[in-house]
Amino acid sequence: MSEHIVPVRIYFAIFAALLVGTALTVVAAFFDFPWRLNTVVALTIATVKATLVVLYFMHVRYSTRLVWVIIASALFWMAILFALTLSDYFTRGWLSTQTG
Amino acid sequence: MTTHATTQDAHGHPALQHHFENMEQQREAGTLGMWVFLVTEIMFFGGMFLAYTLYRNQYPAAFASASNHLDITLGAVNTAVLIVSSFTMALAVYFTQTGKLRPQVLCLGLTLVLGLTFLGIKAVEYHDKYEDHLIPGRLIPWNPFNPGVQEEGQPVDHHKLHLLSGKTVKHPIDATVKNVEMFYWIYFAMTGMHALHMIIGAGLLMYLLIFSLRGRFDPEYHSPVEVIGLYWHFVDIVWIFLFPLLYLLGRHYLHG
Repeated sequence: MSEHIVPVRIYFAIFAALLVGTALTVVAAFFDFPWRLNTVVALTIATVKATLVVLYFMHVRYSTRLVWVIIASALFWMAILFALTLSDYFTRGWLSTQTG
Repeated sequence: MTTHATTQDAHGHPALQHHFENMEQQREAGTLGMWVFLVTEIMFFGGMFLAYTLYRNQYPAAFASASNHLDITLGAVNTAVLIVSSFTMALAVYFTQTGKLRPQVLCLGLTLVLGLTFLGIKAVEYHDKYEDHLIPGRLIPWNPFNPGVQEEGQPVDHHKLHLLSGKTVKHPIDATVKNVEMFYWIYFAMTGMHALHMIIGAGLLMYLLIFSLRGRFDPEYHSPVEVIGLYWHFVDIVWIFLFPLLYLLGRHYLHG
């Protein structure tokens, strides 16, 4: 398996997409989205931008399966960190309302 | 896996270490090692993002108020600066892979200059916060944490905090100056750690630039450029999340 060289036009396309994403996220911040969706919109744009950087600037799309496993493990442990901690903090109010 | 050793492999590239079969195996091992390091970095920053999530959930109005005091223009410009630097870094890797020395040196130099530009703008922002008594803690020389608060009906003063009222935020009572201080603890911890990573990255780029000028890197041997590139892109990704979470949250309250 020899090294894959990403063509320059892909770098330009990703670069343009990242700048558009930045402009979008700034514009979106000034709109009042229903159901307090502003954070969801901001995080969605940030995640898309980060994914583009990882896949193309960091060449992960063309990397070995082992690199994919390593990244997946990072995301998996991040999910544990957030899920377990937040399930604690966000459910504390439930108890206090029951006991008064 | 290579089935046929190339002529160069047989003689050995000067950069090939004895414990690797060939340059390709050496490069892949280096890339893999960098990714394992980046996983630890993801977990490190992940802890701070978790702290941010918890306290923002606890003091939503204070966080929105404090966030609205950050300079959105400088933040957005810095985001663009980092994206351009990531782009030039990616091009530097490309030109190393294709063996074009002059564009390679140029791109590395540009990346370094853009990284330093980011740090300069960040320093201006930190200084503004210092002037406005917004650096948390009591031990900051001459300017301990003690921001002015904008009073209702007074002319707008951008050096003062604008605490949000109950009209737009569910729990107005939490928007006290004390809870605003918590936002600034997290702001300085996260952007400070990010800036430290940028400083380390700038040092690594100087190393790359020196060895690139000496013609050390070629299509066969470019692991240092590739691996430091991965680090640089990672630091860019951290900022891609920091910018909306710190600068843009609650911005719409000012216009609703």
